[in-house]
Amino acid sequence: MVTSLFQFLAAEGGEATEHAIEFGHKAGNVFVEHAWIVLALPFIATILIGAIGKRLPKGGSEVGILAMGVASVWSVGLLITNFIGSARVETTYQSFDWFPFGNGLSVGFGLQLDGLTAVMFVVVCTISLMVNIYSTSYMHGDSRFTWYFTVLNLFSGSMLLLVAAPNLLQMLMGWELVGICSYLLIGFWWEKRENSDAAIKAVITTRIGDVGFIIGVFVLFVAAGNTFDIQTIIERAEAGEISMFTLTAGCLLLFAGAAGKSAQFPLYVWLPDAMAGPTPASSLIHAATMVTAGIFMIARLFPIFEISEVAMNTIAIIAVITMLMSALLAMVQEDIKRVLAYSTISQLAYMFAALGVGAGNAAIFHLYTHAWFKALLFQGAGSLIHAVHSNNMGDMGGMKKYMPKTYWTFAAGTLALAGIFPFAGFWSKDEILTEAFNFGTEPGRGLVEGVNHGASSDWVALLVYGGGVLTAFLTAFYMSRLFVRVFHGEFHGHGKPHESPKLITGPLMFLGIMSVLAGLVGMPWWKEGFGTWIAVGGELHVADANVVLIGISLLAAGSGLALGNKLYASHPAVDPLKKLGWFHTLLVNKYYLDDFYMAAIIRPIRDRVSKAMYWVNNNVLDGAVNGAAAATRALGRGVYKQVDQRLIDGAVNGMGIGAKATSGRVRFLQTGNVQRYAALLFVGVILLAVLFTRF
Amino acid sequence: MNLAWLLTFGAFLFSVGIYGVLARKNAVLVLMSIELMLNAVNINLVGFNAWFADQTASGQIFSLFIIAVAAAEVGVGLAIVLLIFRRRKTIAVDEVDLLKW
Repeated sequence: MVTSLFQFLAAEGGEATEHAIEFGHKAGNVFVEHAWIVLALPFIATILIGAIGKRLPKGGSEVGILAMGVASVWSVGLLITNFIGSARVETTYQSFDWFPFGNGLSVGFGLQLDGLTAVMFVVVCTISLMVNIYSTSYMHGDSRFTWYFTVLNLFSGSMLLLVAAPNLLQMLMGWELVGICSYLLIGFWWEKRENSDAAIKAVITTRIGDVGFIIGVFVLFVAAGNTFDIQTIIERAEAGEISMFTLTAGCLLLFAGAAGKSAQFPLYVWLPDAMAGPTPASSLIHAATMVTAGIFMIARLFPIFEISEVAMNTIAIIAVITMLMSALLAMVQEDIKRVLAYSTISQLAYMFAALGVGAGNAAIFHLYTHAWFKALLFQGAGSLIHAVHSNNMGDMGGMKKYMPKTYWTFAAGTLALAGIFPFAGFWSKDEILTEAFNFGTEPGRGLVEGVNHGASSDWVALLVYGGGVLTAFLTAFYMSRLFVRVFHGEFHGHGKPHESPKLITGPLMFLGIMSVLAGLVGMPWWKEGFGTWIAVGGELHVADANVVLIGISLLAAGSGLALGNKLYASHPAVDPLKKLGWFHTLLVNKYYLDDFYMAAIIRPIRDRVSKAMYWVNNNVLDGAVNGAAAATRALGRGVYKQVDQRLIDGAVNGMGIGAKATSGRVRFLQTGNVQRYAALLFVGVILLAVLFTRF
Repeated sequence: MNLAWLLTFGAFLFSVGIYGVLARKNAVLVLMSIELMLNAVNINLVGFNAWFADQTASGQIFSLFIIAVAAAEVGVGLAIVLLIFRRRKTIAVDEVDLLKW
């Protein structure tokens, strides 16, 4: 049998890591054994596109499509293997020693392969494939076409690296790579000032959270006894070897990172501005890579978070605040991509809320369904923007007539996002609400053997439920506002829009089908379904259906859709939401949060601290630097004169003169008289003989 | 037989050779003196060979080699001396001293 690369490397690398190579019953399965291919392909594609992409007939896009195509097939194979395997939670590790440090410690590099990883692989690879295909048409003729594909594939690869990480250090590496790729894509058209500003804003805002993440990683590293290995940290935390305070601090710091990456209050401000990038890149950022990183990280470390009630409550409360705030903001946006961006923030908050109440499976289920329909909605928006050359919903209208394929797929995405039966979003949203309700109303449900296992307090769970239902209503409302304004009524733009080419509608249709069907794997009646595939925190659990709760959430979504339709069907010239008065103004100004950051943080830092630092720089630091330079020059001159010219040159010349003088005398020994040479030879022999015999 | 006699004889022969090499002006005599020194070595080798009753007779074999080398050496040496005499009309070694400083 062919040895897998990791097996080979582990064998070569000497000592294996703590969890190296436990192939278990899944050995022999070609998908599992060579799972590293999924991880390697995007990076190989990145290098190939970067190196020779410009010389290829399609500018490198074919490499990306091929690589992501194979990776998608492979990851689906992995998911199916995991699904039909008898022990679903069983984890396969394939790793080799990356580098050793300290006293016999070492950091591994490789794959932690379980249901969660497999699901994330499928989501990342498939959506990346769709984005690659879509972009060949969308980005056609762009001056940096090849560079775009290079970054796009590196982005997917980084996310896969993060998802596969068996230790926190590799996760951190993926985390940072994802950040830098998002920066490159958001600021892709950097010639326009706003775009590069948006890229910088994204990087700085997420960085604030990342600082917390890095500190959190090291808190856990130290607390768990100098190990980055996720499984070991979880085991030690569950064994109670980490004090509650340290654990809570570590979890909250990690959550700060997640809140930055996954755009939660108060760090969500970067995501709406991240629309500056190309639309397919936004689609990738919002659906598969980047923003899902925070959710995934918490799901991966779920057993640790579950121990700390404070951390869980914090996550849930922040999530409720975020979901309502951003859903309200989505109602007043005019830019179609901004509506979707706020919607993403709100849906991410849904996932965090689910994590916060201890429903990890429901959170990842929502991540999975949301990925399909949010990728679809963004690509649909891209198709519209492509046709009317404007992001503004006011410039659209009546698009149903012109773009039937975009219309039907967008309709599927809208219904999925609104959570209408039986579209994908319905199942996952409903599972979250059901779990939240159950946790809130059944006291002691989260208690296992008297220890709070898996959960926030009851009132927090109920808060999540209430916020969730309200958000479902708001979501349905703003989506129907968007949908009706864009697709119905009269066209307000210029020219005659036409349907997008097949390379754009193809991915739309695939994602449309997924938006309808993807949720079925997680139906509450199927006890072998999605929840048992991923088993976040080791819980093989699928929530039971509750008809009353389903009725309430459907009612909320339906009334939201109806209200949106009623208000906007007549295409009023003035937005009816203006009647809300000051609240509308507040929303249009984004709660003045950006202005607050500007006034409270950026201006003081820029105008005062930066000015002071500039003075210090000019006077103190530059003085020191200049002084050092002058001193160095003086020293150099002295050294040249004294040391180089006198000492070293003197030594060299002295040797020459010495040799000359000596040889002038000694050369007279060479007389040309052979007999004198012979005499000297004999004298030498005698001397040597005496020397050897006497001493 | 007494080894001391042999060694004493060898040493005497060697000393005569050294004297010849250092003191004689005639190049042919210098070459002959070198032969004396080589033969003194031969005597030592053969003497030690007999004294140790060496079954392999390595002393005798070495002296045969030395005789062969000495013959070759004399051949080359006499040829040089002949050429010097043709050019300079002398074979006095102290007059052939151009190869200096």
